[in-house]
Amino acid sequence: MPFACIFVPDLPVEALVRAEPELRAQSLVVLEGKAPLQKVFAVNENARRAGVTPGMTKLQIEACSGLVLRARSLPQEAAAHAALLDCAQSFSPRVEAAGCDTIVLDLAGLQTLFGPLPKIARALSRRASNLGLETSVAVASNPDAAALAARGFSGVTVIPEGKEAEMLGSLPVEVLFGNSVPESGQSLETFNRWGIRKLRDLAALPDVALSERLGQAGIHLQKLARGAISRTLVPVEPPLIFEEVIELEYPLVLLEPLAFLLGRLLEQLCARLEARALATQELRLDLELQNGWQTEDLSTNNGGTGVLARPGRAQTRLFQRTLRLPVPLLDSRIFLKLLQLDLKAHPPGAPIVKIHLAAEPVRPRSTQNGLFLPPTPEPEKLELTLARIAGIVGEDKVGSLELLDTHRPGGFRMQRFAPEPFSPQRHPSAALRPGSDIEKNNSHFSTHMSSINSSVSEPALGVVEGCLRGGDDLVTALRIFRPPVDVVVTVQDGKPASINCLKKKEMQGEILWAAGPWRSSGDWWEQEGWARDEWDIAVQAETGIALYRLVRDRLTGRWILEGTYD
Amino acid sequence: MSSLPLVFNAAVGRPIAIDAPAWSTLDFKRLSLSAMPKLAGVTSASRLEVRPIPQMVSSGVREIDTLTGGFPRGCLTEVCGPASSGRTSVLLAALAAATQRQEVCALVDISDAFNPHSAAAAGVNFEKMLWIRCGGLLQKSGSPQRHRDTEKNEKIQKPVEQALQVTDLLLQSGGFGLVIIDLGDTPVKMARRIPLTSWFRFQRAVEHTATVLFVISRVPCAQTCASLLLKVSGKKQSALSCQLSAEAPAHAQLLNGIQVQGELLRSRLERKPAGSVTTEFTTKVRVG
Repeated sequence: MPFACIFVPDLPVEALVRAEPELRAQSLVVLEGKAPLQKVFAVNENARRAGVTPGMTKLQIEACSGLVLRARSLPQEAAAHAALLDCAQSFSPRVEAAGCDTIVLDLAGLQTLFGPLPKIARALSRRASNLGLETSVAVASNPDAAALAARGFSGVTVIPEGKEAEMLGSLPVEVLFGNSVPESGQSLETFNRWGIRKLRDLAALPDVALSERLGQAGIHLQKLARGAISRTLVPVEPPLIFEEVIELEYPLVLLEPLAFLLGRLLEQLCARLEARALATQELRLDLELQNGWQTEDLSTNNGGTGVLARPGRAQTRLFQRTLRLPVPLLDSRIFLKLLQLDLKAHPPGAPIVKIHLAAEPVRPRSTQNGLFLPPTPEPEKLELTLARIAGIVGEDKVGSLELLDTHRPGGFRMQRFAPEPFSPQRHPSAALRPGSDIEKNNSHFSTHMSSINSSVSEPALGVVEGCLRGGDDLVTALRIFRPPVDVVVTVQDGKPASINCLKKKEMQGEILWAAGPWRSSGDWWEQEGWARDEWDIAVQAETGIALYRLVRDRLTGRWILEGTYD
Repeated sequence: MSSLPLVFNAAVGRPIAIDAPAWSTLDFKRLSLSAMPKLAGVTSASRLEVRPIPQMVSSGVREIDTLTGGFPRGCLTEVCGPASSGRTSVLLAALAAATQRQEVCALVDISDAFNPHSAAAAGVNFEKMLWIRCGGLLQKSGSPQRHRDTEKNEKIQKPVEQALQVTDLLLQSGGFGLVIIDLGDTPVKMARRIPLTSWFRFQRAVEHTATVLFVISRVPCAQTCASLLLKVSGKKQSALSCQLSAEAPAHAQLLNGIQVQGELLRSRLERKPAGSVTTEFTTKVRVG
């Protein structure tokens, strides 16, 4: 039964390089501890060639030039480990976390899906590279042999069954202890005193003599060196948590460099989600702000929560934005643009020292459009368009509307626009179509066409889609004045006789005809009660007769023009 | 400084320099012909493709469909007329027809005059309608000394600019069955200031798409960009006019509707003159 092992050499370094890929070409040194007692925790290959080794103090390495010093970031290491697990989970459900930097997975039965073992090993390495991690991958017939080969050989290694001892023999004995060298220092020292440098030397020792000197631990190490240990894999079920973190060396002030970092985080998140065949419908951005900035809660309309930072004493230092999407998406560029537009509308207001981005995983959208379905905007493009439009007109000025169950004028509210896919059922509002509940008396329909050359008797061109409705189905629309126009009304015999609007000259004159009043009131049991009389009036305008809806507020006595019939 | 003779090449659109010794020995005509690139990429006029007849969709009003054949997809349709002439009723009918065809529609409302109750009564499916209310995010002028007229002009102009930007975004996004620009309450002076290039851009954006771009305004704005121009006006001998002479008290009166006369001013979809083709229909009141 084949097993594969993915090993990340220098995980603390890789975790930092994953967020800042330009560091890979430089001599990177990861420091741990509090100043001034910082020590080197991990280094990359360039720094190792420069003579820097783990355990050196910061003072010792300051003599070397060209080194890039970074503090160790545990959250970034955790994110890298999670990415490694996602990489393994995208191939096999049986995955064991043998360490922070080592993942072992069971390849049984995968050859029919992904091809021969070398191909699977290369695919694993490539997938990990897509997630920003340079790894060593090894395939062997047992988990421990695979782990030893991954630690000892760089790149992709495939050990044929039965050749474990032969191939592992060239590795130094240090690979047996991995990261736990300090704990196993005594055994390593003993091997050094015996002159045992390679695993083949250890494998050649007599079992009984080794047992007499080192006990069962020595036998276990020898079996490891021979690649002869067979054990059961302990699979883990990693939680579906997709989070990426960057701890910044210097606080960010501008949104443009922030966008670069967000882009990298989003690419990593999308790669991880893609590896698990998932998408996201909610992105949560937490920005940690610099000390010395005071924050205040802000309410936002798009479901996000925000804080405003102001200079002052340090309190809460977290700025949160939540991006909710109507459909599951998996496009880092669209996410980045949406976040940019959102941050432009709601800037953090203080320098940023830490970025935390989390995605809520959902199953991806699976739809197939038909050839004969009506045109519909692509959800990705539509979301971006809506965000851009919201940046132009305001968030509360764009969306679809919902009528409220009230008779109060203006009883509607804006909501997020998310058109549903095609459904053959008609909307309930179609039941409100005129003809059923609206009076039909005097509904007049006449068609009169005169033409000099020819009369048009039928649609001339193309194919007319949809149902045709006559004029008797038409509803006279009311155009609302927002805000309503205040007018001075002269009343004669209980009905308005003339109106005079100081702001708009076209809205004044004698009232030629008036119908009303229609009295309505509501919410009198609450503080915000309303009561009004409505009149329909006709006023002579320059272009003809203009029809207005005139309203008298019975609580305040104020006359307003609410709108015009058009 | 040696002077080189220049041969103006019409096909390339720029002059070509020729060496003086070569110029003295070679025939000018032969050289100029050899230097001229072949016109392989130019299509002769006789081979130009004829623009296909656009697909027509219902406007939601039977009389208008009979008059114009409906609204063309991929074209700009304009309905103009004064206040209380029935423009918005036609708009709602088109919106209702499109949403009932399950098409996604967008309304760019420059003066924020859309009445949801009228739309609901007309049968508009709000789930399929994107409403953009221009006029938001207006920045107040910083200096109090600014002239009041300037501020007033900015208040009017700003929504128009916003509407043009928003329409651009909507059309570039694609996928909308109907995009409506409501210039109904925009002053004529301001509506005419919309550059013709904007209308050309809109027309090009919707061309070869399934989108109907629909504009209502007081006066024709899109000019030659409009494939269909319909003028509506309230008929003078209307039911209302009959009522005007009635002696009934106000509480016994009822606004029954607007009798609308529609005139087809321009149609690029057919070659015959359409200037005097008219239709009439009546809307009903009162809703909302």
